[in-house]
Amino acid sequence: MSGERRAEEARAGWAMTGPALAAILTFFLLPALASLLLSFTDFDIYALGDIANLRFVGMQNYARLVENPLFWNAMGNSLLFVAIGTPLVVALSLCAAILVHSRWLRWRPVWRVALFAPYVTTLVATAVVWRYLLHTRYGLVNYLLSLFGAGPIDWLGSPTASLPAILIFVAWKTFGYNMIIFLAALQTVPRELDEAARIDGAGWFVRLRHVTLPAIAPTVLLVSVLTVAAMFQLFAEPYVMTEGGPAQSTVTILYFMYEEGFKWWNLGSGAAVAVLLFLCILAVTLVQLRFARRAGAI
Amino acid sequence: MRRALVTGFAALVALVTIAPLLWMVSVSFMAPGEAARFPPPLLPASPSLENYRQLFGTYGALRFLANSLFVSTLATLLALIFTVPAGYAFAKLRFRGRDRIFRLLVAALVVPGQIGMLPLFLELKAMGFVNSYAGVLVPWLAGIFGIFLVRQYCLSIPDEMLEAARIDGASEGEILRRIVLPLLTPVVVTLALFVFLSSWNDFMWPLIVLADQNLYTLPVALAALSREHVQDNELMMAGAVVTTLPVLILFLALQRFYLSGLLAGSVKG
Repeated sequence: MSGERRAEEARAGWAMTGPALAAILTFFLLPALASLLLSFTDFDIYALGDIANLRFVGMQNYARLVENPLFWNAMGNSLLFVAIGTPLVVALSLCAAILVHSRWLRWRPVWRVALFAPYVTTLVATAVVWRYLLHTRYGLVNYLLSLFGAGPIDWLGSPTASLPAILIFVAWKTFGYNMIIFLAALQTVPRELDEAARIDGAGWFVRLRHVTLPAIAPTVLLVSVLTVAAMFQLFAEPYVMTEGGPAQSTVTILYFMYEEGFKWWNLGSGAAVAVLLFLCILAVTLVQLRFARRAGAI
Repeated sequence: MRRALVTGFAALVALVTIAPLLWMVSVSFMAPGEAARFPPPLLPASPSLENYRQLFGTYGALRFLANSLFVSTLATLLALIFTVPAGYAFAKLRFRGRDRIFRLLVAALVVPGQIGMLPLFLELKAMGFVNSYAGVLVPWLAGIFGIFLVRQYCLSIPDEMLEAARIDGASEGEILRRIVLPLLTPVVVTLALFVFLSSWNDFMWPLIVLADQNLYTLPVALAALSREHVQDNELMMAGAVVTTLPVLILFLALQRFYLSGLLAGSVKG
């Protein structure tokens, strides 16, 4: 092929990728990097009015955050969401996937779509629905509990029940997504392997433990990593269902960042929270990867 | 026997899963105050459209519905214009630095969009985009995931096909328009569906950017309304139905495209 043609191809390559790359740089990568710079300044409502009021303050934002009990409260809540929510969602999605994958199941596509449906619904809308479902007096959840003689639980009004209540909603909303990923992985496990173990007299649970799970271990890792990141990024759920309350019990790290930045206009301090959030996600993901490598999953 | 048992159990699980959505629809047809009883009624005693009438009449939901439609349609079009050619170029056009840039983009996928939200807000404020749809739409131009999705799909296009067109004297732009784009229909539908649904459901960014209530999208308007009307369950359920039904129907109609895209995307990890 002629050199001229080569040059045209390269030009076209740049022309087609240029706009997207420029947009990614301007509206995604540079802002992300700028967060780090912003976190070293005292950018607040005065700097918003006149940029001359901006000062470089070094690590001061971080030092203040470390001393702020509200920050640690938000961090603690987010870690609770990660620590309880991740295993909960992964286990739930895996069970759902195993059920839908079952060879005895009829009308598989129908159940798959029904279980996936919550994931595509609008988060704010279903959060409003769940706020009502979890209503202390009229909610369907407490009604069902009352049939078993339990409750009523003040789901969204008590500082101890509010976080589990939001977790129930989050699990309901997201397990379908992971289920689809697990289903794809399960389909790659050869049926013969399972069949051979069955003929050898292995029970259902033993086969799950020693045949299926090892085969899909990398997918379990992938789903866990995705879920951890998602659990660190909860915002609309507490915003709609509890407004962070009661008694700050559902303020997540992202909710804290939102209030710091867009309610109090402490953008420097908010950026420091964003940086710490990113470091948290990165750290937990690296720990997961190392753990998985040691366990031989990847 | 076993078949019936497993299928029955799956049906039960599926019913529990979609029960909140069914109940949402049912309560939205109840008279004001009817759902505030114990035990909660499952079906409206006399179904009425009163809540919807109030929602569209008193609270002007039509405007928010139109806003959401406008924003999501524009987000989808812009995302396609920016990401489809880029995805193709990363897969098939040879230029210096291509693979290095692409690896960089994939690595950048681990950075959540929220990290840069505060500087992005300041940047848009300087550009005069705050409190306008331009500000809401901007993040959809920077869709790394879309580029990734289109690139994976384009890798399967045989090079011979493109070479033949080049020998025939077609320009690179013509090749993209006449030969590649028709082949890309499935992935374009998938991507369009993804962007439309995500931009429709998006909450945090429009909440930050939009200050003028008249510009609110449905989720932002619903969140604001639900904070004022904590007790009006029936009205809120009608609002939830209006907000989520359009995307739910769209998903059900095009689920094949959605699920295939989801799987292609998850392989990235």
